Order: sequence, then C-alpha cells, then structure tokens
Amino acid sequence: MEDLIGIGFLLILLAGAYLIGTVGEKRHYSSIRKREARLSNILIFNEKMPPTIYAKHEFALVGGSVVMSSDYFRQTIASLKKLVGGRLTSFESMMDRGRREAILRMKEEAERIGAKVIFNIRIETCMLTKNQGGGGERGLACAELFAYGTALRAHGASLQNNA
Amino acid sequence: MKTDKILLSNIEYLAGYTISKHLGLVQGSTVRAKHIGRDLMAGLKNIVGGELAGYTELLNESRQEAIDRMATQALAIGANAIINVRFSTANIAAGAAEILAYGTAVVLERKE
Repeated sequence: MEDLIGIGFLLILLAGAYLIGTVGEKRHYSSIRKREARLSNILIFNEKMPPTIYAKHEFALVGGSVVMSSDYFRQTIASLKKLVGGRLTSFESMMDRGRREAILRMKEEAERIGAKVIFNIRIETCMLTKNQGGGGERGLACAELFAYGTALRAHGASLQNNA
Repeated sequence: MKTDKILLSNIEYLAGYTISKHLGLVQGSTVRAKHIGRDLMAGLKNIVGGELAGYTELLNESRQEAIDRMATQALAIGANAIINVRFSTANIAAGAAEILAYGTAVVLERKE
C-alpha cells in the first residue's frame, strides 16, 4: 500500500512537472521571439574590432545572464536517455532558451544606454550543480548562461556603465 | 558605484581612442553562496523548470561586485579605463560560486 502511494506521488510529481514545464517553455519561447523581434534593430557581432566608422562612438560593457533549469520530468527522461546516448532534447531546449535569454538581456541593457550595436560578444556557460561530479539523483540540472560585449553608441549624453 | 567613474570594454583596441599608458592587469573576485531559503526555493523551482531567478540575481550581484573591486583597483593605480575585460566563473564548492573579472588597466585618451 505504501509503495503504491509512493509510486502515485512520483507519477503526480512527474505529470505536474511535465505540464508546468511545457507551459513554461512555450510561454518563454513566445516571450523570447517577441523580444527578439523588438530588439532586432540592435546589431550584435562577435568580431573583436569594430570598423572605423565607429571610431567616434562611446563604449560601455554590457552583459546579461540567466540561470536556467530543466524540469523534473525532462531530467528523468534525460537520465533514462543517457543509457542509450544520443540527443538529449530536453537539455538542448534549456540551453537554447538560456542563451537566447542572456543575449536578449544584454541587448536590453544596450538599449537602456542608447547603444545600437554590440561588438566582441562572448558567451560563457557555467554549470551550477549541487552534486559535483556525483551525478546522483539529487543533482540539480541547471546552468548559468552569461553573454557580454562592448556596446557602442554615438557621441551624445554622458556615458554610463551598467554592466 | 565605482563603475560610473571608469570605462569598461572587452575590446583591446578601440578606434578613436589612444592608450597613453598601460598600467597592467587588474582583477576583482568574489565568492558567494546563496542562503538556505534561496537554495530551497531554487530546488522547488527546479521541479517545474525554467529560470531560477534567485540564482540569476545572486550571480548578477556577485558579478557587479567583482567588477566594482576590479574598478577600485584600477582607479587606485590611476587608470581611467579597463580594456580587454574577461569574466570567469567557477563552482568551487556545492552552492558557492566564484566570479572573477579581470582586465588591463589603461589611461585612455580620445583622439581629436
């Protein structure tokens, strides 16, 4: 009887995590797409050297970061999938959302200071797991995505750094 | 904030500016741990997935502090800008992260 309750609880947890996780993912993607469309006027490059037409521009370091995690259901599926290998779609989605979100936050910061272009973009990833190397059941699957670059803006109001 | 007084960039050569003095490497770092409440909330949030806002905030605060410390060092040696800024993050223990910011302190002058 107790085993049944245990299994039932686990199933409810998995189903709940799946539902909320899926809704959250969809919502996040639609928000990402909306903001990407709005901020598409801010150009971003990972080139180190801005062309000389930007010589008269002011610069500031901008960055955006986000810590993303995958839901319990997808983590369970991923740990099963690890047995056979191949693509772990649930983690792909997590990293993709995180990276796009980080870039968007960086762009939003550039927008706040009035910059129209960002150069030398670097993206860093840091895994924040509870169990170091253990890979045990309790390990949180989450990662920090951080994007930063140098925003350039036309000479104008006083320069500020908000990085 | 210290960062208002100093120019920061992760580009090492900026068109339109000349470097009149190189002052060497400056760095700032901080090790932060989240408090137990945040940890607990993140653990719960992790069940449904998505952004862990508590951790995002924590890392942003830490990064700002690392930048501030780096800026303090640079201002102390008379720089007005830090170029070629790099960040690095290390998860040194369970629940604690080190954020390091480093760059080259320089005296930058705008070309007329």
